[in-house]
Amino acid sequence: MNQTPAILLLEDGTIFNGYACGKIGTATGEICFNTSMTGYQELFTDPSYYRQLLISTNVHVGNYGIKQVEAESDQIQISGLICRDYTNQFSRKKADSSIEDYFIENNLVGITGIDTRAVVRHVREKGAMNAIVSSEISDVEALKATLKSVPSMEGLELSSIISTKTAYTLGDEQAKYRIAALDYGVKKNILRNFTERDCLVKVFPAKTTYAELLDFQPDGFFFSNGPGDPSTMDYAIDTMKKVLDVNHPTFGICLGSQMLAQAAGVPTYKLHHGHRGGNHPVKNLKTGKCEITTQNHGFAVDMEALKNSGKARLTHINLNDNSVEGLEIIGKKAFAVQYHPEAAPGPHDSRYLFDDFLKMIDGN
Amino acid sequence: MPKDTSIKSVLIIGSGPIIIGQACEFDYSGSQAARSLREEGIEVSLINSNPATIMTDEVTADHIYLKPLTVDSILEILEERQIDAVLPTMGGQTALNLCKEASEIGIWEKYNVRIIGVDLNVIETTENREAFRKYCVDMGLGVAPSYIANSMLEGKEAAQKIGFPLVIRPSYTLGGTGGGFVHKPEEFEAALSYGLKASPVHEVLVEKAVLGWKEYELELLRDINDSVVIICTVENLDPMGVHTGDSITVAPAMTLPDPVFQEMRNQAQKLMRGLGSFAGGCNVQFAVNPETEEIIVIEINPRVSRSSALASKATGYPIAKIASKLAIGYNLDELNNQITKTTSACFEPALDYVIVKIPRWNFDKFYGCDATLGLQMKAVGEVMGIGRNFAEALQKACQSLENNKIGLGADGKGLAKTEEIIDSLQHPSWDRIFKIKDAISLGVPLHTIQKLTGIDNWFLMQIQDLVKLEKEIQKYTLDTLPKDILVRAKKKGYSDEQLGFLLGRISPDDVYEKRKALGVKRVYKMVDTCAAEFEAKTPYYYSAFDEENESKRSDKKKIIVLGAGPNRIGQGIEFDYCCVHGLLAIKEVGYEAIMINCNPETVSTDFDIADKLYFEPVYWEHLWELIEHEQPEGVIVQLGGQTALKLSKKLSERGIKIIGSSFESMDLAEDRGRFSDLLKELEIPYPDYGTATDADEALAVANKVGYPVLVRPSYVLGGQRMRIVINDQECETSVINLLKDIPDNIILIDHFLDRAKEAEIDAIYDGETVQIMGVMEHIEPAGIHSGDSNSVLPPYSLGAIVIETMKHYTEKLCRALDIRGLINIQFAIKGEKVYVIEANPRASRTTPFICKAYQIPYLNVATKVMLGTHTLKDFSFQEKLTGYAIKEPVFSFDKFPNVNKELGPEMKSTGEAIYFIKDLFDPYFRQLYKDKSMFLSR
Repeated sequence: MNQTPAILLLEDGTIFNGYACGKIGTATGEICFNTSMTGYQELFTDPSYYRQLLISTNVHVGNYGIKQVEAESDQIQISGLICRDYTNQFSRKKADSSIEDYFIENNLVGITGIDTRAVVRHVREKGAMNAIVSSEISDVEALKATLKSVPSMEGLELSSIISTKTAYTLGDEQAKYRIAALDYGVKKNILRNFTERDCLVKVFPAKTTYAELLDFQPDGFFFSNGPGDPSTMDYAIDTMKKVLDVNHPTFGICLGSQMLAQAAGVPTYKLHHGHRGGNHPVKNLKTGKCEITTQNHGFAVDMEALKNSGKARLTHINLNDNSVEGLEIIGKKAFAVQYHPEAAPGPHDSRYLFDDFLKMIDGN
Repeated sequence: MPKDTSIKSVLIIGSGPIIIGQACEFDYSGSQAARSLREEGIEVSLINSNPATIMTDEVTADHIYLKPLTVDSILEILEERQIDAVLPTMGGQTALNLCKEASEIGIWEKYNVRIIGVDLNVIETTENREAFRKYCVDMGLGVAPSYIANSMLEGKEAAQKIGFPLVIRPSYTLGGTGGGFVHKPEEFEAALSYGLKASPVHEVLVEKAVLGWKEYELELLRDINDSVVIICTVENLDPMGVHTGDSITVAPAMTLPDPVFQEMRNQAQKLMRGLGSFAGGCNVQFAVNPETEEIIVIEINPRVSRSSALASKATGYPIAKIASKLAIGYNLDELNNQITKTTSACFEPALDYVIVKIPRWNFDKFYGCDATLGLQMKAVGEVMGIGRNFAEALQKACQSLENNKIGLGADGKGLAKTEEIIDSLQHPSWDRIFKIKDAISLGVPLHTIQKLTGIDNWFLMQIQDLVKLEKEIQKYTLDTLPKDILVRAKKKGYSDEQLGFLLGRISPDDVYEKRKALGVKRVYKMVDTCAAEFEAKTPYYYSAFDEENESKRSDKKKIIVLGAGPNRIGQGIEFDYCCVHGLLAIKEVGYEAIMINCNPETVSTDFDIADKLYFEPVYWEHLWELIEHEQPEGVIVQLGGQTALKLSKKLSERGIKIIGSSFESMDLAEDRGRFSDLLKELEIPYPDYGTATDADEALAVANKVGYPVLVRPSYVLGGQRMRIVINDQECETSVINLLKDIPDNIILIDHFLDRAKEAEIDAIYDGETVQIMGVMEHIEPAGIHSGDSNSVLPPYSLGAIVIETMKHYTEKLCRALDIRGLINIQFAIKGEKVYVIEANPRASRTTPFICKAYQIPYLNVATKVMLGTHTLKDFSFQEKLTGYAIKEPVFSFDKFPNVNKELGPEMKSTGEAIYFIKDLFDPYFRQLYKDKSMFLSR
């Protein structure tokens, strides 16, 4: 491996020194950490990580290479990688390439050899903040200047940037269910979970109007995950309200659940440092069952407001910090979860939610 | 569901004596279970015949039954005490089998005892290989093609259908006993016959061998609400073909992509949920085809296992503790994460470090044994290294092994002959990992090594990186070595001793001084179950070369206790017992108790025993840096066996206070020459002896002291390499062999007291008073190692004068050696004459046995005496023993079919049991007495 020095500078001035990995260059974004122990490629390509610098708490990254079909979108979405032990060596027979080739090809800047645990503890204490990684500029003052120009995640609308520009369909034309999926940064595995369940999915750009959606004659509406601040997405909330008014079967994941909450008048807020990993315990309050979930969210639905809303009801709760993980609209065929039942990466415990949604459609 | 309040009293079944395949990991699980239940206000009764365990101590359970693990004992307990439920999942296969046996004859039902933690109805499915195969197939899960055989004929038919290589797996045996791979048709018949005999029901499974497939183990917990979590996934570095207990294992899994891992996780959950209705722990093993990523199920254990202990230490998640709470009705989401105290126990730990487990073998104790690793477990213990990457964890594990390794190679001891190396890669034994590195150094291509070993290339590439780094280091001297290379080497786990060797055989101390000057020092990171996502309250640390140190030194006065490292023959679980009591006593008198040990099977490495736990090799470099960091008042070396004791010289040289007897005292007892001079001065008889450095000198000494003589190397453990020889020829051969293996050793030659009786005393001395803890008489004659002898407390045939003489000599020696704390003295008695054979200035193998037999907390007392906070006058001692207690050795010879049970001066037993008799008419005792010389050999 090359030993080009690289630097990680946080918004509060904290500096960590390491070595370059991937492309030589500079990257900025909101710093966040993920505690998953498998599935780095799925994380890199998850659109919800758009404009974020990802810390992998798992020590080794790159061990099993890259396999194109396991990507969650068509390109790398994180803005940069921060890790402890980056390795270009991989052993997986089915892999297509090494992580280094993948990063170079995708112009991704990374830093390795970092005391990632120290960075995580810092973020855990101080909260989410912007950061800059560079393997080309060593002048801290210059980095600080660049970092200042990076906007805060709070108040940032990103879904319309990352969403598909044109609608497209997936699955069999003759499938039993027709699902209209609003793409705010959707993960491929969500769509795969639908198509595997006999669905024809039409994926629409984020700002598609309700009328255009209806043209598809969907049996159900799906509101996807995605990056950015959910409170900036009036256009999506507007669409959601219209869908709810007609009482179409509706399902939301992650950002989609925050749209659902806001449509019911329940606000969201920015979490101190987010939930990101594949080991978060969630309790389904309807069944009393627990599930281990994949999570990736920096914002959450306000618990108190939800409890007092009268319009929406809490269905899933996070067992670690008792935050909102799922809700439904009272008297409507609409529910959503804050976590990721499609996993990829992570446990498959919650895939029943896709079945629940289709059963809801069946009952319509 | 919350706790089931109808359970007020629980019986926990232990695993009995330590044998290969079932070791002290079950003391960990049993004692954690007991503590966990008592925390809930439940009265805990415990049955186990192994006295060297913490689980059978009054600090752990309410009612202790040191009885044989038989149905009769269970009946006795149930007659005596109201028991609401029995927990049989904490004591390995032994406990489960006993529970089953009692169930079959309706005992539990009769006494209205519920079985918790397991569903007995499903045990059959997990233990009968054919039933299990069907179960998997019905679930749609993959298994290796196989056929059941109850006869030679059926076996041969199966082989014909499957082809070679294949595996023979006997039903209902422990640790793979009787099983094996068959590569060629001509080996098949013998293997089949052996397998059929090994199975108690004479049934074997003939199975296609998936040699070279990747092997994984998942540790699961399930609650009564059917929530299932995977606590840890362990990847075996050694692929299918080597028993998992004999494999080097790594966590988290290093080479698994998410889709394959999740598929495995799904299958594991499915398997566990399908097994009836029970709440508790479970372990599932899988094999993965490295080419196609096809997964097959290997086996499931519906109980806490060896790997649960490892997984608990690897993740910080106390599996046995939580499994016990689930067994009494709690749901996972009703319990807290025991490490963070704020988040939920219903989660899956995330690791931001790597652990490597390496088994510890004792092939040197079984002459003529087959030291090749295979289906049947042969290791006697294990070590775990924790590091911030794989290489560091691997090297730390190597430094923990207690076999003179200073890391992974780089010690000048590598093999240079390519043919020998290739052979050892093909036939894995204890040293394969070292040979892999030798092979890479010699330029054997990785793909050849991969083909011979089946080990995943990623691991091999990691070792190749080490070889490359070493070549770079060797270009420099200590003065010219650039800091960044030094840092890289330290981050990859190199010890200063290895670096010293690579830089031209310079002293490790010089390397240490250089890196200290450059600021290259260890920091301490926390094992917190959650990769720092949440704040953790539990002080469980490991060292790494990184930026931030998380272990803050407190203002309290501190004492460090050195652990005993891996279990091996001659140094086992008894020292874990001693360390735990030492830690508790230190806490009682108000010091901060700090533990350092590297054995994941121990109770002393539970995060809630010491005030601070450092999971580190008991190796000088790690110890010294920890001392510099913590600045303790002193270090206790008396409780961790020879491993701890041998570090006392360096401690003393560095001016670190040794708590208890000083280094000088201990050295005087250990140095044979000076010790004999002391005995002479004290007018205590000892066998005539002499020392020699070559065969000629040895013959001269042997003839001077008179045959038979005992020939042995100095500074060894458990009578290692000790022989009784009867003539010049034997003497010469044994000395030459010894010097070949241990060059430059000073050989000790003692006159052997033929047909003498052997006895021993454990005592405590506080500088004024001597407390004789116990006098034990061996049933076997002198010549059989004390650890292999049946030992009777108090003596059954020694005369009052002899006993008084022994006590008198003990007192004299305590004073003369200026002991503070514990001492063990071994005697030989011929006629009325008492000889002192040796003195061990530390806790001994028999210390826990005496504590249990007399029910006196002697280790607590001894620790307080060592610390100087108390004298013996502060305590009163009430011996609660009617009749006699016998410490009987337990052997594992059945794991080595071609090795005879021959006993001599070198210890062979792996464990021990305690047996109480009322009087000497006891038939069990009479039989032992009759057989006393039967196995004496040389």
